[in-house]
Amino acid sequence: MNAPENPQAILLAGLDGDNTWGIEHYIKRGGYSALRKILESGMTPEQIIAEVKKSDLRGRGGAGFPTGLKWSFMPRQFPMDKYVVCNSDEGEPGTFKDRDLLRYNPHLVIEGMAIAGYVMGCTRGYNYIHGEIFSLYQRFEEALAEARAAGFIGKNILGKGFDFDLFAHHGWGAYICGEETALLESIEGKKGQPRFKPPFPASHGLYGKPTTINNTETFAAIPWIINNGGEAFQALGKPNNGGTKIFSVSGHVNRPGVYEIPLGTPFSTLLEMCGGMRGGRKLKAVIPGGSSAPVLPGDIMMDCTMDYDSISKAGSMLGSGAVIVMDETTCMVKSLERLSYFYHEESCGQCTPCREGTGWLYRMVHRIEHGQGRPDDLDTLDNVASNIAGRTICALGDAAAFPVKSFIKHFRSEFEYHVEHKHCLVPVDVQREGSRIYVEHAAC
Amino acid sequence: MTFSLNEASRAAIDREVAKYPEGQAISAVMAGLRIAQEQNGWLTPEAIEAVATHLNIPPMAAMEVATFYNMYDVKPVGRWKITVCTNLPCALSGGEQAAEYVKEKLGIGFNETTADGRFTLKEGECMGVCGDAPAIIVNNTRLCSWMSREKIDALLDELK
Ligand SMILES: Cc1cc2nc3c(=O)[nH]c(=O)nc-3n(C[C@H](O)[C@H](O)[C@H](O)COP(=O)(O)O)c2cc1C
Ligand code: FES
Repeated sequence: MNAPENPQAILLAGLDGDNTWGIEHYIKRGGYSALRKILESGMTPEQIIAEVKKSDLRGRGGAGFPTGLKWSFMPRQFPMDKYVVCNSDEGEPGTFKDRDLLRYNPHLVIEGMAIAGYVMGCTRGYNYIHGEIFSLYQRFEEALAEARAAGFIGKNILGKGFDFDLFAHHGWGAYICGEETALLESIEGKKGQPRFKPPFPASHGLYGKPTTINNTETFAAIPWIINNGGEAFQALGKPNNGGTKIFSVSGHVNRPGVYEIPLGTPFSTLLEMCGGMRGGRKLKAVIPGGSSAPVLPGDIMMDCTMDYDSISKAGSMLGSGAVIVMDETTCMVKSLERLSYFYHEESCGQCTPCREGTGWLYRMVHRIEHGQGRPDDLDTLDNVASNIAGRTICALGDAAAFPVKSFIKHFRSEFEYHVEHKHCLVPVDVQREGSRIYVEHAAC
Repeated sequence: MTFSLNEASRAAIDREVAKYPEGQAISAVMAGLRIAQEQNGWLTPEAIEAVATHLNIPPMAAMEVATFYNMYDVKPVGRWKITVCTNLPCALSGGEQAAEYVKEKLGIGFNETTADGRFTLKEGECMGVCGDAPAIIVNNTRLCSWMSREKIDALLDELK
């Protein structure tokens, strides 16, 4: 099956026909021309970093850190082992875009990583792929074999004396391994427990060597930037928010799925692309950047454009670009209960505030949902969440706290109703109908 | 229960070891445990130890990894492990109701195995395929998308 045609796409463009993931199809679409251009024209790493800086490309993994700046942190003066690592451990609830890059366009990621290797003087790279999409890990290994056979990775690439080899590593069911230092621990064959920072991976990363980690979609943007220039990429989006972004839209829309649109596109346009609200029902709330981002009420969301700055001004985060849409049939307490369960389940257990606090959060939301809430629970919840955020080694603690704080902030009356009446404002059969098994849009 | 890695498993693990720098065979422990689990159905302490021995790492290092990551089964599971994602994005499109339906059909709850040893049911966390909700993974590697009641019926019938 193919990715749907989308005229605005650059990362998921031209993916018609079968086997779009194979090297032959990729090369027909102009694939590996950016790597070739760099090596044949002798473009220097400094020139490439300058181009990436001009592009206003911001990391697509969640934090939106400027990629050009991140790349400039890598020590380049001394020859030593250095690594480039791709984060395809996509496990942030609501996010399923890297999957489509790996499914339809894995060579784009390989080319982006090879260019990164050239820029930062790395001779080796790893792509860490979420265990749950195991067939795409296997596909990526096949794509690597193709790239190696064609001379785009390996020794003396394109006869230009540049060596860079790339391998795939699979996860096996641990959300925390999406956190970059947990991911490095995991490649090193350990439990995925995040490291203290500093030192940052750019000085002490994989096997203790300088390492740059980027998200799959970040690497995928690089070849286009090289081919078309940083300014052109920037111009696709808006200032400080360059390029297109792939949004994963889930929840109560008519056509959940993956949509690549320019940053700065109005949310209302994205919603239209998804076929609008399911059953014509009313929009209630949106989590705009993956489950760790604060929830926003529907009316605030309708005034936002889809870019880092607009969503942040509205009080949330663009995060991984995972847009979770909830309509009027949704119980906010039940929704928060499920998210809180997730963070409790996935806490690696290293830091006490997160290990214990996520359990507290879950149990309290659970009891409110099940009619056993107490009037002071809401303040206690807010308090516990505040005591986790900022007090842990990694941001999973914050990720657990943000949903709790934002759900209560924007939907407090619904929580109070639960506590007082021991049940939801939305009748259970209405909730069930709204979230029934919905596969009508599927091309299966 | 004795366990030894068969030749295919050993070769597969050696291919994994080759991906990592000299002296970092331990990096292949995740793949090694996955391969041993595929061979044996679940990871007995002996299977974990066999992987450790093959990689020349302390058995406890392999045990730590096996017990940290959710997709390793360190307790017996049925022939078919059915994992249904019920996290919020999936639940909004029926993930939870799909799980209820599977429970009803199999007569078991999460983390239980049918009496005939055929099925184990697990509650999944986000599999990174939320647009395909309801999503089910069979035995860790086979992803089934858009699982309506009819497709669940067909899937369970097919898995003997
Ligand atoms: C709990 C947690 C989970 C994360 N999961 C992912 C993930 O699945 N994919 C990803 O690219 N980044 C994830 N991140 C962010 C990474 O730590 C890191 O910032 C990112 O991979 C950097 O790439 P970028 O600069 O290209 O965005 C996660 C962070 C945290 C704290
Ligand atoms: S929430 Fe089910 S796959 Fe993401």
